[in-house]
Amino acid sequence: MSNCDETLEELQRFLDKELPDGMLQSIQTHLGACTDCLQAFEFHAELRTVIARKVLAEEMPDGVLDKIRGCFGDDLTEDKP
Amino acid sequence: MADREDFVEQAMQYASHLYPVALRMTRNRADAEDLVQETYLKAWRSFTTFHEGTNLRAWLFRIMTNTFINNYRAKQRRPDEEGLEEVEDLYLYRRLNTFDQSRMSASAEDQMMDLFPDEDIPEALEALPEVFRMPVLLADVEGFSYKEIADILDVPIGTVMSRLSRGRKAMHKSLYEYAVRRGLTQPPAGDARTDQSTTN
Repeated sequence: MSNCDETLEELQRFLDKELPDGMLQSIQTHLGACTDCLQAFEFHAELRTVIARKVLAEEMPDGVLDKIRGCFGDDLTEDKP
Repeated sequence: MADREDFVEQAMQYASHLYPVALRMTRNRADAEDLVQETYLKAWRSFTTFHEGTNLRAWLFRIMTNTFINNYRAKQRRPDEEGLEEVEDLYLYRRLNTFDQSRMSASAEDQMMDLFPDEDIPEALEALPEVFRMPVLLADVEGFSYKEIADILDVPIGTVMSRLSRGRKAMHKSLYEYAVRRGLTQPPAGDARTDQSTTN
């Protein structure tokens, strides 16, 4: 099982789901036993969810999709039969 | 991919992902719209080079990133690596933790949504130099893997990891500073803490 320092060291790779299996298990075991580390991990997981939600909340203005489809049409007219 | 009609249907579903990221890349709506449009036009023209079974979303993001780098970045020549200060690990967590533990109870996510008003997160992202902003957007907003980000940005995986780490920490520091500035949180003990008797 990893200690606190080793665990916090891997916070980024853990949240990015990039940890190799063996290390993942070791970190999970530590998180199961250490509230302090678990709380830090949960905080960062939630922060990431909030960042994604706030950025993705930005909606594309009406009409852009149609404009894009329009481009495809224009582009296609050259090679239409 | 079978034909262009299929391509349109499959590719267009990612527009709602490309646009918000384009907006944080270009920092303005007009350029973001142009960038997304240009991305689709390039994808449309080169769709025959797209191999079915590979990741269409990553392919579109790669086109968009390259288009952005080539067309919208002319003014900014230097890589900006030095432009970012080193921030300690868990910077934001350690500071918010002292203050918000009591309030962060039932739904920590909702609490955090309230703690950072809508404009703070975009502002903190846009404040990042581009070499850090791109991997953070691709990882934190789009959830791409290190390998996918390395392919999209054409840099080694180790570079992706170190830029993500530095970029995220710098962004967290900005978020903390915005929260303090707005009075949404207080500086921790040691930096001029408000006397308890005067709060509320």
